[in-house]
Amino acid sequence: MESAVWLRDAVCCRGGFPALAGVDLDVTEGEVLLLRGPNGAGKTTLLRLLAGLASLDGGRGTVLGCDLGGERRELRPQVGLLGHDLMLYEDLTVTENLRFFAALAGASETEARAALERLEVSARLREVSLRRLSAGQRKRIAAAVLAVRRPRLWLLDEPHAGLDESGRAAVSGLVRDAAARGATVLLASHEAPAASEVATRTVHLAGGIVVSAAEAAVSPSAEARDA
Amino acid sequence: MREALLVAAKDLRIEMRSRVLLFQVAPFAVATLVLLGFALDADRSALRNFSPGLFWVAVLLTALLAAQRSVAVEHAGRAADALLLSGVGPARIFAGKALALAAQLAALEVGLGVAMVVLYDARIEHFGLAVASAAAATVGIAAAGTLYGVLAAPMGVRETLLPVMLLPVFAPVLIGATRAFGDALGTAATNGWAWFGLLGLFALVYAVFGALAYGPLLEAEA
Repeated sequence: MESAVWLRDAVCCRGGFPALAGVDLDVTEGEVLLLRGPNGAGKTTLLRLLAGLASLDGGRGTVLGCDLGGERRELRPQVGLLGHDLMLYEDLTVTENLRFFAALAGASETEARAALERLEVSARLREVSLRRLSAGQRKRIAAAVLAVRRPRLWLLDEPHAGLDESGRAAVSGLVRDAAARGATVLLASHEAPAASEVATRTVHLAGGIVVSAAEAAVSPSAEARDA
Repeated sequence: MREALLVAAKDLRIEMRSRVLLFQVAPFAVATLVLLGFALDADRSALRNFSPGLFWVAVLLTALLAAQRSVAVEHAGRAADALLLSGVGPARIFAGKALALAAQLAALEVGLGVAMVVLYDARIEHFGLAVASAAAATVGIAAAGTLYGVLAAPMGVRETLLPVMLLPVFAPVLIGATRAFGDALGTAATNGWAWFGLLGLFALVYAVFGALAYGPLLEAEA
């Protein structure tokens, strides 16, 4: 299997602070990797680095064969990111958002509609501006945009957060579909049951580095959780 | 070109849905014209003589709001990241956003032109010169506004910083467009087409510079 992600001693600073302080990570194509760790562990920064949206400030790394030092522009169209910020236009309707991103990705209207149906977005919401939707409904739309783009690497930051039961199932189904098509998925999640169902491997982050499961279990946040 | 048009159409659709241009920016523009008239406390013939300068001051102040809005649309919810991830070239994003901003400014200028005729009794004597110089000035303003907008975007104080950065940049447009309009409206004995040339050069420089610089600036924002 080819390597989808290869990081060695990767450092990434956010506002001068090293959010990633020397990460070593290997992910093979087709893997569904669960990233776990306490708040501030560097999960979100790692996903943004792998998306080519944050710069590599130290170490080396390639994602889908693209060097993170100089080929981020080539990498980005192959990557889909579902983050805390949903990267949608609040004044546009659901359909207009989907249509815009589908057009940029070269996808058809039919594919856009299919993505909305896959995420179980009801027809009555499709001509409503995003501003009027709940957080969970917006997340479904963002996931539908991701599905339309069909990236090779899916980067999901807390994809189940804020969703109801059917939403969680729809997102998990989307991850399984992507993996079945050969895409690689990295998901950062605090919701272990939902995320573990779809993940094939778990990596723990703490303090901006990858740690073993045993080390993660005795991290300060784990002690606090267990207390 | 197709991607630039998609970005432009998206920005215009957002404006049609939010109606910020219609209900906030346009009334601000007309109010500026009215207040400038009050401030000068002049009779109609004096206002007519000053009308080219007053018109372009109103346009430039309005352009600050429109440029702010153009940046805010991409900043909210990190939508600019989605554009980067969609693989659209930065020069095309720049072209699309500048095109949408130019279209909005052109609509505002038509409205302000009507207001100028009604309030200041202005008359256009050389229609071709007025349209050509307005078009060149609008492209220059839109290109500079889009470029400086993305420059100010990552800074926490962009609402106050952008006007400080943009107004000096707009100074050549104010001078050139006022002189060209002076000729077009018959209020100044000057060669308006020469000033149109300056406006065209300004537009060209900022269009080329913007297309080249927008990418690195957008990367910095990400």
